[in-house]
Amino acid sequence: MCLGIPGQIVAITDASRQMAMAEISGVRREVSVVPVAGADLNALIGAWVLIHVGFAMAVIDEAEAAETLEALRGLGEAQETLEAMAEGAKALEDAQ
Amino acid sequence: MRYVEEFRDPAAAKGVLAAIARVADEIGATREKPLHIMEICGGHTHAIFRYGLDKLVHEGIEFIHGPGCPVCVLPMSRVDECVEIAERLGVIFCTFGDAMRVPGTRKSLLQAKAEGADIRMVYSPLDALELARRTPEREVVFFGLGFETTTPSTAFSIQAAAREGIANFSVFCNHITVPPPIKTLLDDPHMTLDGFVGPGHVSMVIGTHPYDFIAEDYGKPIVVAGFEPLDLLQSVLMVLEQIRDGRAEVENQYARVVPEHGNPISLAAIADVYETRPTFEWRGLGEIDASGLRIRPVYAGFDAEEKFGIGYVTARRVVEEPEGCACGAVMTGRMKPTECPHFGRGCTPDMPLGALMVSSEGACAAYWTYGGARAAQMEAAE
Amino acid sequence: MNMAAPITRLRGETVTLAHGGGGRAMRDLIDEIFVAAFRPDAMEDQARLTHAALAKPGARLAFTTDSFVVTPLEFPGGDIGTLAVCGTVNDLAAGGAEPLWLSASFIIEEGMPFATLRRIVASMVREAAAAGVRIATGDTKVVERGSADGLFITTSGVGVIRAGRDLRAERIREGDVALVNGVLADHGATILAARGDLMVSTDIASDCRPLNGVMEAVLAAAPNARAARDATRGGLASALNEMAETAGVSVELDEAALPIRAEVKGVCEILGLDPLDLANEGALVVFVPTDEAESALAAMRAVPGGEDACAVGRAVTRGPVPVTMRTAFGGARIVDMLVGEQLPRIC
Repeated sequence: MCLGIPGQIVAITDASRQMAMAEISGVRREVSVVPVAGADLNALIGAWVLIHVGFAMAVIDEAEAAETLEALRGLGEAQETLEAMAEGAKALEDAQ
Repeated sequence: MRYVEEFRDPAAAKGVLAAIARVADEIGATREKPLHIMEICGGHTHAIFRYGLDKLVHEGIEFIHGPGCPVCVLPMSRVDECVEIAERLGVIFCTFGDAMRVPGTRKSLLQAKAEGADIRMVYSPLDALELARRTPEREVVFFGLGFETTTPSTAFSIQAAAREGIANFSVFCNHITVPPPIKTLLDDPHMTLDGFVGPGHVSMVIGTHPYDFIAEDYGKPIVVAGFEPLDLLQSVLMVLEQIRDGRAEVENQYARVVPEHGNPISLAAIADVYETRPTFEWRGLGEIDASGLRIRPVYAGFDAEEKFGIGYVTARRVVEEPEGCACGAVMTGRMKPTECPHFGRGCTPDMPLGALMVSSEGACAAYWTYGGARAAQMEAAE
Repeated sequence: MNMAAPITRLRGETVTLAHGGGGRAMRDLIDEIFVAAFRPDAMEDQARLTHAALAKPGARLAFTTDSFVVTPLEFPGGDIGTLAVCGTVNDLAAGGAEPLWLSASFIIEEGMPFATLRRIVASMVREAAAAGVRIATGDTKVVERGSADGLFITTSGVGVIRAGRDLRAERIREGDVALVNGVLADHGATILAARGDLMVSTDIASDCRPLNGVMEAVLAAAPNARAARDATRGGLASALNEMAETAGVSVELDEAALPIRAEVKGVCEILGLDPLDLANEGALVVFVPTDEAESALAAMRAVPGGEDACAVGRAVTRGPVPVTMRTAFGGARIVDMLVGEQLPRIC
């Protein structure tokens, strides 16, 4: 359910109807920013939003995204450490 | 950051997959005695197959594909009602593409279009509203379909129509909500689920608390997940860690998009435009209490059911589902798509019998297109 | 018979049923729009053709036909005329034939502006010149409004296959490499965007172009090339499924190697479509033996239309499914044939 994709707001096209132009990998589509609109629509320009059926449904939180990626990277490093330890243990075993 | 490629990095997957394998081993999950993890959302089902995640994870993990495809759970009677509206003189019927192929008892929207009904495929309800603005002499009906993610978009469109006085616009409302069918699944005595991957884009609107009952009342872990492959893998890991630690909590893996309390503007629009129906019919699951939404009387002028005297405003018609169709059992996780007697025989994506074969994100169609199911079956036949 | 003739006998701005009536109005339409552009040798009802290549021992005649319908008639990168010439030229070329002559048959809906028709015919002349083929004969019919969608064109093509050439999917063997001449799915994505009902805008253009030059380059560099297809409707997915089924092999694609533009991926992400299912009008998939793959690629890259050529997969022992893909993420999935019409999804 619910195909949603990240896009960047590049311009406000109709302030009265809260419409903006969003760009998704070089493709442009006018979207409604009603769900994420604050007092100043122009503040949205440059923001990354999650787009679903022509609406910007959420502003993507960069700090949270970075944190998620950090956790993923941590798992990768932990795995490398484990593999290194396993190799070390094996080398020790082989030596004995 | 572009929020896509970063979460599709195959190098980063290695660590997560290894961690999943480690925790699965600690729990003692095996191919013979696997953990059953349900991804509720059809978008997740699609991603699992598109990236081949089912084959990458530890063999002791089995994905059970949930009821979160709004097209798949749409009952035949509703499709019939769509066709009935679309075939009225002067109507332009607008729909999302996925709903075009869903079989009704008489025909699908695609067939009705071929026979002359003016049916248009749109990307957004805003496009239908724009069509109504431009063609005031025609009745433009939008087929409102989907879970909480999509519900705000039709609510905003109805509010805009009301504000601008666009009287020739209405919505045929089939919006449904996620928690009730999950409760139905959990109440099923045959249920064997160990945990849930929660629908991230639904939570973007409603937040994470509507799932509290899953953890608190049923003791099952649930992790609200994003839709990129790394999101899904990390969520699976978080579910496994809960199982290993004997915890049952609602966790949020998709914090970059999902706020704990959802989106207040969208929630306010839903509350303004819609109210809960006493009951709504789901394909394969039957009538579920308080699982559907209808347009409030104050917006009756934009309610296609009221305008055309169709659907729940009339006496209910009983519609038989195709005989032997096991969509219900597949959707509740009791049966795998390949175990259905019709899978790949009477029921294929070109000639769908059951709902799950209709939409490309339906569990059966996804199995057919991306999964190992077709391969397994062809091997068996050889 | 001068295209720039300042005086026209055509009355009004648009085609009417009178232009299909068989009388003087029809003669004027044919003379001023079609004959002036295509310049046939004679005005008989048939083209009378000879070609030296046909007289060579072992040469075979190749004959193909295709009908073209597209909405909108004109789109970024081409129009229905471009498609009508390139489509038939490419069907001949993919079979190893040198395309020589085309026929072109037009079904015109009344109300079609002369100006549009002239532009489309000019595209056909241009593409035919690029491909080195002649449009040798043709026909026009005019139908009532509502009986056609603006304009339908049918082209048939005749070419000659030199002695010794035998391109057939049956000849594909395990280990053969699948090459494409350039980026995929541009045409399908362009048409989706150009239709306007989905209200997306992009800078992409159709890849529509004649491929006989690319094909000749491949065949010169890879004399043992097995088979080729013009991956049009149904995209690369359908072309590969058909070839694998016929050959009795399976094909393993490498997702990371697929040349697809970011914008095309963007259109697909927005609409929930698979670029492998989207139509191409200038994409050739060729199977060659491993030891000829490098030279075939180099030859393709040296000619126009082949600059972005690359290897995308290989033929393997027949497995349970015809086409699979190693995903860029490291998993594997089935690449099935497109089912029915490709419909954008929201969910």
